[in-house]
Amino acid sequence: MGILSENVVTELRKRLAGLKGPVKLIVFTQDMECQFCQAARELVEQVATLSEKFSVTVYDFLKDTEKVNAYGIDKIPAIVVEGKMDSGIRFFGLPSGYEFGSLLEAANIVSRNNAMLSPETLEILSPLDRLVHIQVFVTPTCPYCPIVVKVALRFAFAKEQIRADMVETTMFPHLANRYAVLSVPKVVINETFSFEGVLPEKQFAEQVMRAVQGG
Amino acid sequence: MPAEEVGVILPQEEVEATPGVVESGREYELIIVGAGPSGLTAGVYAARKMLKTLLISEDVGGQILLTAEVENYLGFYYIEGVELVQKFEEQVRRHPIDIDLGQKVVKVEADPPKFRVLTESGKFFKSDTVIIATGKRSKQLNVPGEREFLGRGVSYCATCDAPLFRGKDVAVIGGGNSAFTAVNDLRNVGATKIHVVNILDSIQADPILIEKTRDPEKLELYLGHEVVEIGGMGNRVGSITIRDRKSRRTKILEVQGVFIEIGLVSNSELARGLVRMNRWGEIVADCYARTSVPGVFAAGDVTTVPEKQIIVAAGDGCKAALAAYEYLLHR
Ligand SMILES: Cc1cc2nc3c(=O)[nH]c(=O)nc-3n(C[C@H](O)[C@H](O)[C@H](O)COP(=O)(O)OP(=O)(O)OC[C@H]3O[C@@H](n4cnc5c(N)ncnc54)[C@H](O)[C@@H]3O)c2cc1C
Repeated sequence: MGILSENVVTELRKRLAGLKGPVKLIVFTQDMECQFCQAARELVEQVATLSEKFSVTVYDFLKDTEKVNAYGIDKIPAIVVEGKMDSGIRFFGLPSGYEFGSLLEAANIVSRNNAMLSPETLEILSPLDRLVHIQVFVTPTCPYCPIVVKVALRFAFAKEQIRADMVETTMFPHLANRYAVLSVPKVVINETFSFEGVLPEKQFAEQVMRAVQGG
Repeated sequence: MPAEEVGVILPQEEVEATPGVVESGREYELIIVGAGPSGLTAGVYAARKMLKTLLISEDVGGQILLTAEVENYLGFYYIEGVELVQKFEEQVRRHPIDIDLGQKVVKVEADPPKFRVLTESGKFFKSDTVIIATGKRSKQLNVPGEREFLGRGVSYCATCDAPLFRGKDVAVIGGGNSAFTAVNDLRNVGATKIHVVNILDSIQADPILIEKTRDPEKLELYLGHEVVEIGGMGNRVGSITIRDRKSRRTKILEVQGVFIEIGLVSNSELARGLVRMNRWGEIVADCYARTSVPGVFAAGDVTTVPEKQIIVAAGDGCKAALAAYEYLLHR
């Protein structure tokens, strides 16, 4: 028996048959696994058994410092979803509930090698010449959160300057406190700029540009 | 030892076309606005009558997305709201109708002999008939501090935000089913103290829900009390001021979260000036789902239908689609 129910496994197997290119799932955990680290690792390992397009690598947060630094991992559990190269897609905390869909979305994006953004959105983001860090704070019971996470992941895939993190808020209370996350989805861009709620793709892109231009 | 099973929710399978691909300017026999239970049911019935149909909505599922558990929709003695939505959507997607999601409709207007539907994103569509199935949204208290602290402790989505209030003191405003559903969510995630403030002297929630949330240690009831103000500490909620409606005495409760569950208002602004509404903004619809304007039908929570329930909304959606079909036949 795995970490996913049998119904989910059956359905997932069908869906993942549509994956096009390879998808690397990289999990960061540690020897003495933290409360949700084991679940995150087992989740990724089980998902990976459902399509031959997946490969899994597990790193130790304390020992594999080179990888930890290269991927910019500062907390665990962390999952990187990578295609041919790292496109800045990160999941911090366990992607359960509604956020499991975001994990699948990430796999879809990298496997299709296509961010699936509209030409207008790409146009808005085109002048971007600085690094952008987007953190989307979520809870697993929030039906609106994956809508925002999906767009952030697409931005990260489309633009090498953007890194997008899904952060499961309840697993990182210190971050909830630091960024005053009292409602989800909450998006924090480059530490200082933030907004709550769902924005359509275009407006979200405009907020990213506003954030880099200093608000 | 393996970790415990993890609960995950599979998103609706992406159809080839991503939302937003229905080009502006298209013409239809029927446009359904809203994809809650009423709009989705209307979609299935319209498709089976082979009407050229557009289903346009901000989201799929409407209020059911905010319902953790549904125990009164026949065929499922218990089902999670989101799972029920998925089953509805799956059934709709088997049919060849256009679906445009992530679109807010701002206006439905007459353009004789047709109707025009305009979206916030600037698209427009034409149609011979329209079903308005836009449901309801949370009502606001309209007290000082409510807007200022929205997203900073004031919440209208207990399902979303309850997990952020573990170990915190909170207030739930309201006394109906949604208020007690919020109480249940907050108890489950480990809120420390839950103050329930209701303007009426009694509780309106179903007895089964009240029983489920009974917890004298955590729950503090303030019946016959109204909220006067939501106060803050820095940029977060820190307290609410409530007033006893009889004695007029006020009291300050120290809370970090305020969940407002005082009922709903109709999403009927898009049809203002077009169809007749009652004083609560509900669209007046007869038992055939007909509105005051021939060719415009309305279904579910947005209408004057007496009970606001999934099964009622679904039934309404059916009636509206069949009535639109009849209208097109006999026009
Ligand atoms: C917390 C909670 C718990 C509930 N529990 C139960 C329960 O256990 N059992 C039960 O039977 N009922 C329950 N209900 C009531 C039930 O959810 C509603 O009666 C039902 O969802 C109404 O369906 P509807 O299709 O009419 O509208 P809604 O569900 O409100 O759907 C409206 C749709 O229209 C869309 N929309 C709105 N405005 C626009 C616009 N301008 N442009 C485009 N799209 C728009 C929305 O995005 C949504 O998709 C509950 C409600 C709540 C809030």
